Amino acid sequence: MKSNQYNRREVRFAWLLIIPAFIFIGIIIFYPMVMAFYTSLHQVDLTRKAQGTPFIGFKNYIDILKSSGFWSSINRTAYFTVVSIAIEMVIGFLIALLLNQKFWARGILRSLLLIPWALPITVDAIMWKWIFNANYGAFNAFLKQIGLIDSYRGWLTRPWSAMHCVIVADVWKITPLVALLLLAGLQTIPREMYEAATVDGASWWRSLFSITLPLLKPTITVVLVMRTLDAFRVFDIVYIMTSGGPANATKVISFMTYQEAFKFLNFGRGSAMAYLITLIIALLAYVYTINIGKHIEY
Amino acid sequence: MGVKKQKIFRTIGITLGSIILVIGLLAPLVWLLISSVADLKELLKIPLQWIPENISFERYSKILFSQGSESEFRKTMMNSFVVASAVTIICVSIGSLSAYAFSRLKFPGKDKILFLLLFSYMLPPVAIIIPIYQMFSRYNLLDTKMALILVYSAIITPFVIWIMRTYFDSIPRDLEDAAKIDGCTYLGMLFRIMVPLSAPGIVATLLLAFLMSWEEFFIALIMTSSTASKTIPISIAEFSGRHSIDFGMMATGGILAAIPPVIIALIFQKYIVGGLLSGAVKG
Repeated sequence: MKSNQYNRREVRFAWLLIIPAFIFIGIIIFYPMVMAFYTSLHQVDLTRKAQGTPFIGFKNYIDILKSSGFWSSINRTAYFTVVSIAIEMVIGFLIALLLNQKFWARGILRSLLLIPWALPITVDAIMWKWIFNANYGAFNAFLKQIGLIDSYRGWLTRPWSAMHCVIVADVWKITPLVALLLLAGLQTIPREMYEAATVDGASWWRSLFSITLPLLKPTITVVLVMRTLDAFRVFDIVYIMTSGGPANATKVISFMTYQEAFKFLNFGRGSAMAYLITLIIALLAYVYTINIGKHIEY
Repeated sequence: MGVKKQKIFRTIGITLGSIILVIGLLAPLVWLLISSVADLKELLKIPLQWIPENISFERYSKILFSQGSESEFRKTMMNSFVVASAVTIICVSIGSLSAYAFSRLKFPGKDKILFLLLFSYMLPPVAIIIPIYQMFSRYNLLDTKMALILVYSAIITPFVIWIMRTYFDSIPRDLEDAAKIDGCTYLGMLFRIMVPLSAPGIVATLLLAFLMSWEEFFIALIMTSSTASKTIPISIAEFSGRHSIDFGMMATGGILAAIPPVIIALIFQKYIVGGLLSGAVKG
């Protein structure tokens, strides 16, 4: 019976279709994954080439897990992730609610939302870097002209504000996408449900909490998962806006790994760090999917 | 009375919300645009002069036509076009073949391979970049467009498979059953039924793959070192990193880098939003 399950011609054809993609992904993704693990178990320090690349077991991992720099970097990354996603979800939801109304400008606004999404993230980063510029930035000029500050400030040169400038750059670019996704979710909720609720005398708030949010939960979950995985590996805006500074205030985990490998040329430690990041991301994805992600369709 | 009052509130809410939204979305961009055409002296004035007196497109013509140091930007833009186009063609052709197999054919190990694909789609690039760097340097392929094309294609293909599979899944099977009875081969069904019917999906996927490779930064930062292969995001980052920054030039570069993807997004917005939804909501 078992041989009946698969049609041999069909299986052969399927493999024929998959093979090109599989070879490609195998060589450029899976093989490097294995190699990265191998490297992470060795001392591969290009600044100490004379020492060769001896096998050192999990020493790289232990060193990293013991270093306080790693943990503060994880904290920073988590802070960035939580704060930016929270803001993006709230504003994104408000925008989605607005665009779910029927009014003349709806189509235009929806098109406008695509602009930040389409803008390359590097352009987003230089734009905000220029706006937050300490000496000539538009943000300083605006605040001074409306009288909120007396003199120009170095927003990107102070630890606390630098992190939040990076968050602003992320929020501006990503919120429109979140809004579009939530809007699509909202549009699947039948209008009759709201009408029925209104007839029954339910207030706007009541409808929001009893109809909108529960029915939007699957979409919210998916957006949350997608955004967490994305925000946790933030690199581009940090590299361009602050280079991890000032005083490491924005040294997120992927930036730290980049420095370890390509600035300090310690490939062994860099690989170990990359593996730890992957592990954290996989863990996050797993926790999400078992707790709240039962709605995701595979 | 109550209903009337509610209507007024609604109108006020919508108007206010729309105004805030438009300002929030456009203000930073308008400032970038102004910075690209304003005189540098006016940009550096304190208090800042918001509306420039002299508008000139000289920076644009410098970047696009001059032979000086600005021409570097033009070269990287060409590189980006070449890389993104090649990646798009490779990904969509090999990706849609696999997607068809995953959507329609039965074969052993299908679920496991699909899971591997999803995993590689979620993998942070930092996890594989060190061995990739070593591998390409061993074959002297660093700083070539070919290297970028290969790496991007491998990274974007799982995404293409994922998204194309959802498009194929949405096409009813009846058509193929009918075709099968008429003696149509698998390949015939793929090209005569699936491809034409999922044209919107293919367009969306093409565009998303193009946009993804157009803006990729991290891998290009590590793999490229000269104008032979540097892409536009690298140029942009370098603009902002120089010691004596010409802010106007930086803004111009930014606008030029943003024009192709923004235009693509606005022209094909229906397809793109659809693609984003099936990419995100379904997986």
